[in-house]
Amino acid sequence: MITCKEAVNRLWDYLDRRPEASSDPELEEHLGLCRHCCGELEFARQVRELLRKPGGATELPQETRARLESFLENLEGKR
Amino acid sequence: MPGTSQGRGVRAEVRSAVRAPGFEDVVRPHLGYLYAYAVRLCGNPAVAEDLVQDALLRAFRGFARLRNREQPRLWLTRIVTNCYHDRHRADPHAGQTVSLDADVEFDLFDKIIEEDPFPYSDRVHLDFLRLFDDTEVIAVLQRLHPMYRTALILAYVYGYQVREIAQITRRPLGTVLAWLHRGRKQLERELWEHAVRHHLVTEGAPA
Repeated sequence: MITCKEAVNRLWDYLDRRPEASSDPELEEHLGLCRHCCGELEFARQVRELLRKPGGATELPQETRARLESFLENLEGKR
Repeated sequence: MPGTSQGRGVRAEVRSAVRAPGFEDVVRPHLGYLYAYAVRLCGNPAVAEDLVQDALLRAFRGFARLRNREQPRLWLTRIVTNCYHDRHRADPHAGQTVSLDADVEFDLFDKIIEEDPFPYSDRVHLDFLRLFDDTEVIAVLQRLHPMYRTALILAYVYGYQVREIAQITRRPLGTVLAWLHRGRKQLERELWEHAVRHHLVTEGAPA
């Protein structure tokens, strides 16, 4: 069986795979037996979700939208 | 105002740009997306707005070459990404990043177990991640190497596949995979260090 270190190394790559891509039987075997690495897998998922965390910081403010739209109109006008 | 500082040369160029009907219609629905992406890349609303304007100008000039006007998002994403990377190359102070190899052995999951910042919780890892709001996540992203940051945002915020990220950044697949791999490690370390720096957790606290 592969070591925990090896399993952890492969985890994110494993998560990144599309369903149609080939699986990683060695990693799956390890995950089936190792609670620590199951925790790592769950955590890797949560860290990815954290990056998507929604909030006001990424919302386009009305004034900014207005400026960008008028910038767009000016570009069109200069043709 | 960035729009007026572009100068006469640019204006002449814009005037002579190939006629491209519908540029505004094609781009307008994506303004919110472009701005959010720019904020995540550069971490600052004013810089993000400026970056989006740069990108819009570049998109306008290249619009005639856009084949698929129904789905311009990948194309727009590539333009914003290139504008961002061009700026980074021009700014000598940009990307003050930590050493790249120090991160390879760091494992945030184990670090949280070792330090045990929430002794009464049975979900320490989730509790740790809940310390971060959206603003803090963006601040932590700024600590990463710009190419790692770009790759992580494209892959994990917007769900682009490695092949698409290679197209967007015009780099080989292997390079993108390496960015993602090292980027995750750097992200784990920076999340921990942010939490320590902002006293959200205490490192080396007596058990």
